[in-house]
Amino acid sequence: MAEYQTHPYDVLVIGAGGSGLSAAIEASAQGARVGVITKSLLGKAHTVMAEGGVAAALGNVDDRDNWKVHFSDTMRGGQYLNSWRMAELHAKEAPDRVRELEAWGAVFDRTKEGRILQRNFGGHRYPRLAHVGDRTGLEMIRTLQDHGIHQGMEVHMECAVLTLLLDSGRVAGAFGYDRERGRFLLFPAKAVVMASGGIGRAYRITSNSWEYTGDGLGLAYRAGAILRDMEFVQFHPTGMVWPPSVQGLLVTEGVRGEGGVLRNKEGRRFMFDDIPENYRNQTADNPEEGWRYTQGDKDARRPPELLTRDHVARCINREVKAGRGSPHGGVYLDISWIKEKLPNSVEHIKRKLPSMYHQFKQLADVDITKEPMEIGPTMHYMMGGIEVDPETQMSAVPGLFAAGECAAGLHGANRLGGNSLSDLLVFGKRAGHYAACFAKENGETRVDNAQVESTAREALLPFERGQKSGVEGPYQVQRDLQDMMQDLVGIVREESEMQRALTSLEGLRKRAAQVGIYGNREFNNGWHACLDLRNLLTVSEAIARAGLERKESRGAHFRDDYPEKDPEYAKFNLVIRQGSDGEMQIARQPLPPIPPELQQVIEEMK
Amino acid sequence: MATATFRIWRGDEKGGKFQDYRTEVSEGMVVLDAVLKVQAEQANDMAVRWNCKAGKCGSCSAEINGNPKLMCMTRLNSLPLDQPVTVEPMRTFPSIKDLVTDVSWNFRVKKGIQKFNPRKPDFPDGTWKMGQADVNRIQEFRKCIECFLCQDVCHVLRDHKKFDEFAGPRFFVHTAALEMHPLDTNSRTLDLKDKHNVGYCNITTCCRKVCPEEIVITENAIIPLKERVVDEYYDPLRKLVMKIFGS
Repeated sequence: MAEYQTHPYDVLVIGAGGSGLSAAIEASAQGARVGVITKSLLGKAHTVMAEGGVAAALGNVDDRDNWKVHFSDTMRGGQYLNSWRMAELHAKEAPDRVRELEAWGAVFDRTKEGRILQRNFGGHRYPRLAHVGDRTGLEMIRTLQDHGIHQGMEVHMECAVLTLLLDSGRVAGAFGYDRERGRFLLFPAKAVVMASGGIGRAYRITSNSWEYTGDGLGLAYRAGAILRDMEFVQFHPTGMVWPPSVQGLLVTEGVRGEGGVLRNKEGRRFMFDDIPENYRNQTADNPEEGWRYTQGDKDARRPPELLTRDHVARCINREVKAGRGSPHGGVYLDISWIKEKLPNSVEHIKRKLPSMYHQFKQLADVDITKEPMEIGPTMHYMMGGIEVDPETQMSAVPGLFAAGECAAGLHGANRLGGNSLSDLLVFGKRAGHYAACFAKENGETRVDNAQVESTAREALLPFERGQKSGVEGPYQVQRDLQDMMQDLVGIVREESEMQRALTSLEGLRKRAAQVGIYGNREFNNGWHACLDLRNLLTVSEAIARAGLERKESRGAHFRDDYPEKDPEYAKFNLVIRQGSDGEMQIARQPLPPIPPELQQVIEEMK
Repeated sequence: MATATFRIWRGDEKGGKFQDYRTEVSEGMVVLDAVLKVQAEQANDMAVRWNCKAGKCGSCSAEINGNPKLMCMTRLNSLPLDQPVTVEPMRTFPSIKDLVTDVSWNFRVKKGIQKFNPRKPDFPDGTWKMGQADVNRIQEFRKCIECFLCQDVCHVLRDHKKFDEFAGPRFFVHTAALEMHPLDTNSRTLDLKDKHNVGYCNITTCCRKVCPEEIVITENAIIPLKERVVDEYYDPLRKLVMKIFGS
């Protein structure tokens, strides 16, 4: 075998966003030798983009809040397809994880009493999101980063993984390359934590950056892990729609939490027109009550703008399709109207939503303190992902753990805003802990040289093909894939379109196998794009197959041909694995029975 | 549709040159859009570092028409498009390729700064009492997105290459956030004086002017740190007292 730079670890963490760093910090604390791989520089992962806050039932603002309410909110939001055990652990452990961040130097906004302030968010019954203005993600990732670098972990910045290594069915590390110099790197490891984040780049309109190509899902799937809930793709209701170059860029739900309202071009607050039955008791029936809720009135119910993201996104979609949208194909989100209520509204908005103010002013010439924003749905988050054990976060592959967005289970059919940041902390830590334990209990692994060699050869093929004339580059293939997924497997789906998507994927796969690139191996974005295509194709196929299989509408999955919920489909999750012939296999996996005491919690909170 | 010329630096640590690319531009575009369009259509192998495209991650720092800026936050309508727009990497850091530089030095500097060390918690649940007024000041510093544009323009680094002796504005902001954290118990004043040489900064405010987060780096972070060093080590009255009464 060729000589490769080799970095052996007890625990290898793939990804350095919130979940990867949490896992790495915890595994280091357990005494493991930890390596972290990140596709970008440290501190740039998508966690940095999170705005609104981290959900934890601290009860600082409303003492009626506790883990039971958070648990039932999460289950209701996920339409009960969540792993109940993960939702329980999450609700119970999130407060401690937030306090831990404070002990590591995070500086959250404060209540008058000097405690951590919490804000309202969609689907959360009480003000629950600890936050820092609208840059909570930056605060979190910087805190984890600045704490983590002193814990002994080694960070490999700007590296990507090509394959997970296996040793008799157990994970044995990873093989990849450094993006800066293009050299191959070998990471033998006793345990691996996958924390690679999302899949946003499978869609044209997305809040995700170039990095989110579903690497972790693709790698784990090919290593034998199970993917689950892949039909549930979250479209965040409020992304920017204009100018075209920023289409999809996130506009925080915090705008609505602070009193922002949605209107169509006729000026109507259309969210009042469609309030789902299971939320009717909790939702305001007039604008005045909604406003009081956002200002902390404990007797008021939340405005319909703060219904769950799946529902709000579909309502916006409906308004636009009915011709009641804004000039650039969205609807209006207005926070400036609060000047009617607050004398110092301009300063108030700038203080509460500084980066939104900045973003619109700088990128769209819109002053949000004076005029409404134009917004529309944007692909934001993947509820589905690698199926894991709720306690340990271990996947079906021994030694392979997963946490954060690339793992499935906590969010079910729809994620509540703020639950992803707490997810990262709670399950990142758990994954790190159990990965370190696994590494302690299991011996060294053996690297399969043949696997490494064939992966290296394959990774260099785009250069060989690039020598020939008339070879297609990776960018057009990626673009066509994104257009196809946006159009055929988007917010509103139906049978024939998803069938067409599968056919289209066949063609795209053939093209992807033929893409070529020129230049050398040093920081060659085009080469990296060639290598990312495979994972994008895998997740896209999984989304389409799962979408076809679920013949009902639930949570983020909405089918025009089956617009209602079907109780039969409430009984199982869809799971996907690679068959021995290499084909994708899909199956219905019955939900595990929920313990009576938790069922009772859900009933009590209804 | 209108077109514009982008004069982009292509090369590596051995050298390089500007190359002109003509591409279509449309309303609302930022420099990063144009650069990525050139990359997708004319130069697949061009090295560009970027992520969030929203001014939040600080990855796409570059020098645009000679000014250090985030490519994602620089609107084309803020530039004269009748002449070529030059786009080059941050010149203070070693080149890797095209627009990408080796900024790893910054990460090493941070590791050398004493970490946050809080006082004992105020409450049994492990939390503390802090008022909003107590944290406003450091929340400004914690807005930093680590784009390193301030490091790029700092003449102590750019012209005098004091990489081994000087931490640079980013890390004075970082140190200020720690030193002024209401809970922190460490003192970094001696390090500021001897290891990170805050004294080299002669407050030209170049860093503050390029900060995309508009952190008032010089006045709010660096000058107060300089004052702490002076108070502790160069106070003439204190020196006199120490001389007379012994330390």
